[in-house]
Amino acid sequence: MADILTNLATGCATALSALNLCYCFLGVLLGTLVGVLPGLGPVATIAMLLPATLTLPAESALIMLAGIYYGAQYGGSTTAILINLPGESSSVVTTLDGHAMAQQGRAGAALATAAIGSFFAGTVATFVIAFLAPPLANLALRFQAPEYFALMVLGLVASIVLAQASLLKALGMMLLGLLLGLVGTDLTSGTQRFTFGVPALSDGINFVVVAMGIFGIAEIVRNLDDKSRRDALVHEIGGLWPSRSDCRRMVAPILRGTALGSLLGILPGGGALLASFAAYALEKRVSPNAVAFGSGAIEGVAAPEAANNAGAQTSFIPMLTLGIPSNPVMALMIGALVIQGIRPGPNVMVEQAPLFWGVVVSMWIGNLFLLLLNLPLIGLWVRLLAVPYHLLFPVILVFSAVGVLSLANAPMDVYLMALFGVLGYAFAKLGCEPAPLLLGYILGPMMEEYLRRALTLSRGDPMIFLTRPISAVMLLAALLALCTLVLPSVRATRSKAFAE
Amino acid sequence: MHRPNVKDLLAGLLFLAFGLGFLVLAQRYPMGSARRLGPGYFPQLLSLLLIGIGVATALRALFTQPVPVGSIALKALLLLSLAVVAFAFTVERGGLAIAVVVLVLISSRASHAFRLSQALALALALAAFSALLFGFGLGLPFPILRLWG
Repeated sequence: MADILTNLATGCATALSALNLCYCFLGVLLGTLVGVLPGLGPVATIAMLLPATLTLPAESALIMLAGIYYGAQYGGSTTAILINLPGESSSVVTTLDGHAMAQQGRAGAALATAAIGSFFAGTVATFVIAFLAPPLANLALRFQAPEYFALMVLGLVASIVLAQASLLKALGMMLLGLLLGLVGTDLTSGTQRFTFGVPALSDGINFVVVAMGIFGIAEIVRNLDDKSRRDALVHEIGGLWPSRSDCRRMVAPILRGTALGSLLGILPGGGALLASFAAYALEKRVSPNAVAFGSGAIEGVAAPEAANNAGAQTSFIPMLTLGIPSNPVMALMIGALVIQGIRPGPNVMVEQAPLFWGVVVSMWIGNLFLLLLNLPLIGLWVRLLAVPYHLLFPVILVFSAVGVLSLANAPMDVYLMALFGVLGYAFAKLGCEPAPLLLGYILGPMMEEYLRRALTLSRGDPMIFLTRPISAVMLLAALLALCTLVLPSVRATRSKAFAE
Repeated sequence: MHRPNVKDLLAGLLFLAFGLGFLVLAQRYPMGSARRLGPGYFPQLLSLLLIGIGVATALRALFTQPVPVGSIALKALLLLSLAVVAFAFTVERGGLAIAVVVLVLISSRASHAFRLSQALALALALAAFSALLFGFGLGLPFPILRLWG
């Protein structure tokens, strides 16, 4: 306990510096903004702003980028409630009851519930990270190459099993990502791989370019194709304060949502999206007001909003302690660490203690900022919704292009971004989710490295992965996860879950 | 025989094509030994797996219900790609401000809602903004405006 307080004190010292407070505020402000604006998600935004953070100290960069992610969860719920349009995929379920409440003139209560639930969940999740991260990192410090390789296999497989609808296509995307990650100079042998003799490719393709293309550009094309654009019919917000019975009804769902979200955030493939869906499904099953769900039940707002914020934050745990990204946003965070010259993994907590704890504490501060930003300023965000998309997308394009250009001052990167945009759109049209590709892309070179080291360790005997207990358990878990999907009964419930 | 699931079939073929492409290219890199894996080992392993997944996806598509691919926003896709490529091409030759104008003007054609005057105003505003922030502010080593030479 004393340790945790010392650690949190270290974190406060970092997070409360004037500079970092500014970046934290900037991050959550931008996050709310992209959360409110439909058609611009946190992945594209973080990729767009990553180049600008290169000149910042590592902790400021990470604090700001993290703020964008959890800030987007708040903003997303605002549009979901007010205009029935999820600004963020993780607030899709909030539209069901949140918008129904708005139609009954209770938008204010719904917004307040979402904000209170998110704040509570964010506070709890901060402590979950503080308690869970150190033991996990200590365990991971004993890991060697075989364990890391097995962990990455498990992480990739689990992220597919938990979060992707089509297993085969997700596996394909992951493998393609791993392969694309290998483009460039092989660090062990110095061989140029898949570079076609182009010097600009010898350092590999910057992951920002890949993320910008398949998440940013492809997304814009899809939005332009979408004829059902928002009609800015904004309902009266009504009183912000929930009634006393509202408060009573939201307590249990917020607690359950927080618990479930914290848990699902830690799992590979978890994060805000999965958490919000699972929390809504759970609440529908256990709530005494289950019949009212879909027609403006406050429980249906409180639980998923708490869960998505909790999940967004606890998904930092595997990223910060193990160096394993559980979703595309975390993959970008790892990329940001690498650019800053920090090798992701359990050493981050020891060697970069101020950074680690600073980021953790900044999340709580950021949540406080968000509470202040969202409730009193709600009118301002609503007005932003009136900005038509056709004025917005060229701005996004300019920032993307200039951002990618500034990575290495290489126009080649911009050409590649266009290429990945086309590829990303094609995959989206074919029903292939881009997330596994990005996860594979980040992990590809690391996996190869650990595979090599493991085999050198065992003098070429592949059995090393099975004779070492931790690695064997992780590989077995990955295999089991894959096998369960093939079972017909699991498949049936799973497709039902995704349909919901 | 019923109609195949075009969506999955194409996805499978795309995986197959990428897998084969990477496999062919990876032939040039030494495989190494088990103790010291060469640069060719991991890519070849992954390519073979990707080929397997591609074949499985394509085969499965022959026996599942067809799903329509849906409309393809070819115009938007082409215009946006063209705009980005034109930006990259112009930035060294004409400067950042011109490149931003080109980017906005071409990409704005992708939306029905754009009037030319609107696009022009937005383009100039963004060009001025980018020149100030990125050119002078952050010091991108590209010319800001180069009208000749």
